[in-house]
Amino acid sequence: MAKVVAVTGNEAVANALRQVNPDVCGIYPITPQTDMMQRYASYISNGKVDTEAILVESEHSSMSACIGASAAGGRVVTATSSQGLALMWEMLHIASGDRLPIIMPVVNRALSAPLNIHGDHSDAMGCRDTGWIQIWSENGQEAYDNTIQAFRVGEHMDIRLPVMVCMDGFIISHSIERMEYLEDDEVKKFVGPFKNLFPLLDLEKPKSYGPLILTDLYHEYKKAQHEVMLKVKDVVLEVAKDFEKMSGRKYGLFETYRLEDADIAIVILNSAAGTTKDVVDELRDKGIKAGLLKPRLFRPFPYEEMAEALKNARAVCVMDRSDSFGGYGPLFMEVSSALYQLKNRPALINKIYGLGGRDYLPSHGEMVFNELAEIAAGGKIKAYKEYIGVRE
Amino acid sequence: MATPLTLKELSKKEELFTHGHRMCAGCGAPTIVKMVLLATEYPVVAANATGCLEVSTCISEYTAWKIPWIHTAFENAAATLSGVETMYRSLKKQGKIDKDVKFIAFGGDGGTYDIGFQSLSGAMERGHDMIYICYDNGAYMNTGIQRSSATPMGADTTTCPAGSCVPGKLRPRKNLTKIMAEHNIPYAAQASPSHWMDLMKKVRKAHELPGAKFLNVISPCNRGWRSKTNDAITLSRLAVNTCYWPLYEIEEGITKVTYTPKEKLPLLDFIKPQGRFKHLFEPGNEWLLKAMQEEVDREWAKLQAAEKCGC
Repeated sequence: MAKVVAVTGNEAVANALRQVNPDVCGIYPITPQTDMMQRYASYISNGKVDTEAILVESEHSSMSACIGASAAGGRVVTATSSQGLALMWEMLHIASGDRLPIIMPVVNRALSAPLNIHGDHSDAMGCRDTGWIQIWSENGQEAYDNTIQAFRVGEHMDIRLPVMVCMDGFIISHSIERMEYLEDDEVKKFVGPFKNLFPLLDLEKPKSYGPLILTDLYHEYKKAQHEVMLKVKDVVLEVAKDFEKMSGRKYGLFETYRLEDADIAIVILNSAAGTTKDVVDELRDKGIKAGLLKPRLFRPFPYEEMAEALKNARAVCVMDRSDSFGGYGPLFMEVSSALYQLKNRPALINKIYGLGGRDYLPSHGEMVFNELAEIAAGGKIKAYKEYIGVRE
Repeated sequence: MATPLTLKELSKKEELFTHGHRMCAGCGAPTIVKMVLLATEYPVVAANATGCLEVSTCISEYTAWKIPWIHTAFENAAATLSGVETMYRSLKKQGKIDKDVKFIAFGGDGGTYDIGFQSLSGAMERGHDMIYICYDNGAYMNTGIQRSSATPMGADTTTCPAGSCVPGKLRPRKNLTKIMAEHNIPYAAQASPSHWMDLMKKVRKAHELPGAKFLNVISPCNRGWRSKTNDAITLSRLAVNTCYWPLYEIEEGITKVTYTPKEKLPLLDFIKPQGRFKHLFEPGNEWLLKAMQEEVDREWAKLQAAEKCGC
């Protein structure tokens, strides 16, 4: 029986982790994640979980310790944001290179300088090439559901990769929403016991983790990592199917909203997708064929499926809440790569919005749709990339 | 019953760090690792910081380690092993593992004194049940003899080369053993492969004390020290007998010198056979030789005073 609650995103994800009951958890504070791990620490102090915490002295050590713990043989979690994720960067590659299924909620926050604690996607986008699976969440419910599903995906015996579950800092992490919790035993059953693969603590069969591999095999090793990533999509869908059976909530590689017959569409991640859906509804009421695509699985990126979903639109705007300075936004680059393979492609523009927690308002979405409508009607593209919501 | 620390008995024990590794001929580190593992009477898991020992002992499909071994990066052997040890405690608490297992981290001085200092300090403060062993060869030898905070005063390295204006490193070494003891850990000690019995006893003692332990072992590097390949043990003995590298332990805050040289030799005896100090014998550098001897004398006096006062 589902339980309806009113909780913050951080609280929901902490509860998901409690229900999964991992063996080891790396804990280090950083806004806006802090409150999630604080809650988890109180579960440990009050005997609600079997988890042993490592109260590390930095995020670099947190990820290092998580790698050690995961290699030792067991279920491992940690959580972070922003600078903390940036500090982990070196170790993120090692977690994925060693094929360790560590699960890490990332409460998305801007990167310094200037210092800013509010939500944008610069942190997770900055480590999109680290070999981690990335699953993005619109709201607290999705963050909760995705966290539970992440264990099944990362720990799948054909995958064995670390997973980041992303949600927007403050907007989701600190806002109270109505959501549904699954029962503890449902989650336990869904996730299942941890299956070991080459545990370091198997003393009878000693393993060496982390060899030096030079020109002889490194290239092949990395190719293998890419190939395993290609299997992730199917596993994500398989896990989502099981999750739907249990919860009634449906998940895919991405979500489409009134996109099937849309002439104009916005591609947008996380919480701003919720705002944009309202705009879509308003435009539809006016007879304008607007639609939306909200990516969920960003790594690996579902290029073919996304191209298929967007192929009938005439003009599409990809909206990025992070930037690759001097280039396009990271989401735009992916969608652009996906669409290039089509014979007839929609016109494509890129808007950068909401950096460092700048509000994304329905009027912004409306403005973008108006521009797309002009382009769809044969108007000229004024700028391929543009910042919106800028103070003049 | 623990294996007696005699050569006869130890020679019968299986070596858990095997031949076939690719460390340089005459390197001190593999000898130290063999001694440490021979002294260890428990199942043991090792972590290794990036460095000479790591890159030379596990390459592609080949490993010299007959024990579970993990390397992740340069600055985090202590953090990595603290994760392994925490998983062990978690599984033990849950009844999923029953054996008593010990944990040892190995790092060079660059990975320990410098870049790994923070993660080492964190792991020691948290009190993970492990021994962190630094094989201190006094520079970043793996990348080609760059200065570290363990490099002795006066030494010529590739990043503080002895030139016409600067005669090598001008600062004294960081006293890491003392810094680690100040973490209020049960045991911190210095050892040398020349005094193998002392080293092995320290490893045994450290294993029996619960919590985080630190062992600093001098490890001659003939490439960096510009010394002969058959001089590793001779030089580490001279390091001890000149009191450049005193053998001592700090157990629960109490300092004990575990070996006092019968005759304290002049520092010159240790530095003369090493090419990294040869510029010091050129005219004009006498002051630095004097400063180096004074530094050794001062530290040795401080250590003896600490032992005398029972602190």
